[in-house]
Amino acid sequence: MQRRSILSLPAGLLFLLPAGAFVFVFIILPFFWIAAVSFTNRTLTGRTALNPEFVGLANYRRLFDPDRFFNSGEFGASLILTGQFVFFSAILGQAILGLLLAWFFYNHRGWVQSTVQTLAIVAWIMPDVVVAFAWFAFLDRDDGTLNQILSAIGLGHPDWLLALPMVSIIMFNIWRGTAFSMLLFSSALGSIPPSHLETASVAGATGLQKLRDIILPLIRTHIITVLILITLWTFNTFTPFLLTGGGPAFQTEVVSIYTYRTAFQFFRFGMGGAVGMVMMIINLAFAIVYLGILRSQKAHA
Amino acid sequence: MAGVAFRGVSKSFGAVTAVDDVSFDIHDGEIVCLLGPSGCGKTTTLRLIAGLEGPTAGSIHIGDRDVTMISPKGRDIGMVFQDYALYPHMTISDNISYPLKVRGVSKEERASRAAEVAASLQIGNLLERRPGQISGGQQQRTSVARAVVHKPQVFLFDEPLSNLDAKLRLEARGFIKHLQKRLGVTSIYVTHDQAEAMALADRIAVMDGGRIVQMAPPLEVYHRPANTFVANFLGSPPMNLLPVRLERRTGVTRFVADAFTITAEGWHERLQGRVDDGESVILGVRPEHLALGEADDPWSFPGELYATEPLGPETLITISVGDALTTLRIFGDDPPVVDGRVHARIQNTNLRLFREGGERIELG
Amino acid sequence: MNHHARFILGRIFFYAGACLFASFFVLPLLWLTVAPFNTLATLSLSLPEEFSLANFRRVFANTFAIRALVQNSVLQAGGAMVLVTITATLAAYALSRSSIKGTDVITYGLVLFSSVVTGTAAMVPIFLMIHGMGLIDTHVAVILVFTGGLLPAAIFIMRDFVDSIPRSYEESALVAGASPWRVFNDIALPIVRPGMMVIAVWAFVNVWGGFLIPFILLRSSGKMPAAVAIYSFYSEAGTPLVTLTAAYSLLYTLPVLLLYLFVNWKYGFRFFGGIKS
Ligand SMILES: Nc1ncnc2c1ncn2[C@@H]1O[C@H](COP(=O)(O)OP(=O)(O)OP(=O)(O)O)[C@@H](O)[C@H]1O
Ligand SMILES: [Mg+2]
Repeated sequence: MQRRSILSLPAGLLFLLPAGAFVFVFIILPFFWIAAVSFTNRTLTGRTALNPEFVGLANYRRLFDPDRFFNSGEFGASLILTGQFVFFSAILGQAILGLLLAWFFYNHRGWVQSTVQTLAIVAWIMPDVVVAFAWFAFLDRDDGTLNQILSAIGLGHPDWLLALPMVSIIMFNIWRGTAFSMLLFSSALGSIPPSHLETASVAGATGLQKLRDIILPLIRTHIITVLILITLWTFNTFTPFLLTGGGPAFQTEVVSIYTYRTAFQFFRFGMGGAVGMVMMIINLAFAIVYLGILRSQKAHA
Repeated sequence: MAGVAFRGVSKSFGAVTAVDDVSFDIHDGEIVCLLGPSGCGKTTTLRLIAGLEGPTAGSIHIGDRDVTMISPKGRDIGMVFQDYALYPHMTISDNISYPLKVRGVSKEERASRAAEVAASLQIGNLLERRPGQISGGQQQRTSVARAVVHKPQVFLFDEPLSNLDAKLRLEARGFIKHLQKRLGVTSIYVTHDQAEAMALADRIAVMDGGRIVQMAPPLEVYHRPANTFVANFLGSPPMNLLPVRLERRTGVTRFVADAFTITAEGWHERLQGRVDDGESVILGVRPEHLALGEADDPWSFPGELYATEPLGPETLITISVGDALTTLRIFGDDPPVVDGRVHARIQNTNLRLFREGGERIELG
Repeated sequence: MNHHARFILGRIFFYAGACLFASFFVLPLLWLTVAPFNTLATLSLSLPEEFSLANFRRVFANTFAIRALVQNSVLQAGGAMVLVTITATLAAYALSRSSIKGTDVITYGLVLFSSVVTGTAAMVPIFLMIHGMGLIDTHVAVILVFTGGLLPAAIFIMRDFVDSIPRSYEESALVAGASPWRVFNDIALPIVRPGMMVIAVWAFVNVWGGFLIPFILLRSSGKMPAAVAIYSFYSEAGTPLVTLTAAYSLLYTLPVLLLYLFVNWKYGFRFFGGIKS
């Protein structure tokens, strides 16, 4: 007997068993299953539902078919839309707004700060369909609150969801998800010893210089964490579907919606599996980068 | 009541050997302090006794039982943790009586025994509070109460006072010693505070690198350290250690260093057959066994004054001898006035000699 | 500029900025908080002529939607909450306290897998698996799939929590003579309870608001949760009956807000990396 622990090995394994079973069935199995399905022509009904045929790379060839890859409503176009959506709503929008909010309230903890923070969190935790409905009303061309304000100050009233659908879902996603960046950045800022900033103030640095020279370098790893996590989440979010359904004319069909349409509109699971597989590979790339950072953070701590 | 014994006990964590082939006997009713620098294996030794770790080799005995393979539950031990480990969700009364609860003692008896122990530790008025609502000193007493309530065979303490401020620490130290003597329970007490060890222990076990280098009563450890490590670890400031070379001529022995020569007057016969001519040895002398002396005194050596620190009842005078520092402790209310070149005289009855490797040379 | 004027200017700037941020988050929701109480509401933001609960009365008359809310959503979110909380707590405790080798690798592997196999990316195999198990159109299917999806993050958060609890609590109980089961039950469980509460609320809120999983796994209208049933207030053409949808939205959101307030009041909003998946 070498090592005693609070929980014995058999008890530990017993404790892990239920969670392990869930994770195996619903996380690990799908990962390999999707790879298998993506090489078949599996459908929901009909002959290929029971006896799907192995079709090799046909699904992938169809996805990446250079003749139509970038056509509207095709995979390439969807990837480009997703890239725009992620870049503008997550990286530029949520991260910068979150940092701005955290910085703005850094020295002003109090009821004003906690009110704004609570409002951001409410936007973050409300059910998907409710926020989608709220935004549907907010963006309405004739009566929506946004256009009421805009026309009151003489800025016209565009038909957001029809004329500017991508802008709409980007605004929507910034609004929806900024709370995460804000919270993580404020806790990162909170962990900076005040003496660091005081030293800089004494040395005569302006607010912007302090942000650039002291704060940003100190919270670098937090910034990377935020960027990667919100990128992953935004890449995988299905919520824009509830606002635009991917339209009009595929203009907001990000890959999550594209997957849904491929797999469930015509129940072509082989194709849907191939799209899901590509999504997972992209996710994997992000996750590996993130894990590396997480580990090196832990090693430094 | 029962003693505790280790027989060749080792404990490794991967490549780290935390306890290295340790054997000892702690007698019934004795209090032993484990003393040593950070990472020397004190906590691990204690956890081996408690059964929270299993040894890699060797056997552990409590009373006449071999408990090596027995879980903590079967060892009948009371332990005070460094962070007290009071359960935040239980009242002080429930905390204290938890060992009784797991032994199936009835609710009424638990409450009355908890109250009794708490009263004897002067925390009787806190029984309904939660650990978060009492002070550090009170938490410490609660934790002691929980360790003694079921009248265990052995008490274990892991630096129980290190989270208290200096004044409370002194108070709690006296109280632990009093309690231990009153209950007469075999106790093992881990500390890295040598004053605490000196004050509490019947015997001190000094540990270094997973081994016990000396286990003896406090004054013996202080005055007759087994090696230079112990000499250096105990005492504040520690024992002065002066490396010298021994020169034996007919009828006279000298200790020679680059910066000085000491004539070991009256020691020629004494060193006969114990130290060879030309051998390098280390002189060990406690600061209080050095006095200000004259240049022509054979037992004195010169140095340059480095610092004078008046402490009230005593004064520390540090001099630089060659490239090393040596400290003198001079008792008396008035700090002596010294300057420039100082001569330190060794009270040779209290001089210790160590071999170059560190172990003390037994002199007749 | 003198010091005093600068201070006042700074204050003005601060409150103006705070108002701007606050309105960014509030404006999209403003209409939704007013419309349910206005029987004649259109999409335009205006205070009701008279404050009325008639919309709610009509919503309650829609038994299908109400059943979705108080039965199906509660059942699915509650079921997943219980499963996630119990299994995540047991697993996190084992990962933190047992002698199982490589628990760090397991934990990070879990996080890796779960961020790769998201609900959207894995909708095809999840659907096919549930189909294969014959569980399509059952509450169990929704509960199981949500539990599987939420577990990795729950275990990660919970393990952090258990790791932060000193082992000396349990060790002192062991030395006091408690059996391993007693240690878990008397000491460990009460101490990790706040963590379990947070996980429970988090899991509940996630399932409560989730749309995609019930949308693809359920068929019969009698089993739909509120997230899907809300579309019963939409016309065939897909345009909502705004008054009723708004009232229903408010009812549907209320538990989430209350739970948030509860957690915030009881534990403070503890911030775990990625508490919301
Ligand atoms: N669970 C463990 N895993 C790995 N190494 C350990 C473990 N416990 C202790 N060690 C190592 O064993 C050695 C002895 O540790 P121990 O805690 O017994 O020291 P200590 O004398 O109590 O020190 P301190 O005064 O700092 O408390 C150290 O090098 C420590 O790093
Ligand atoms: Mg220790």
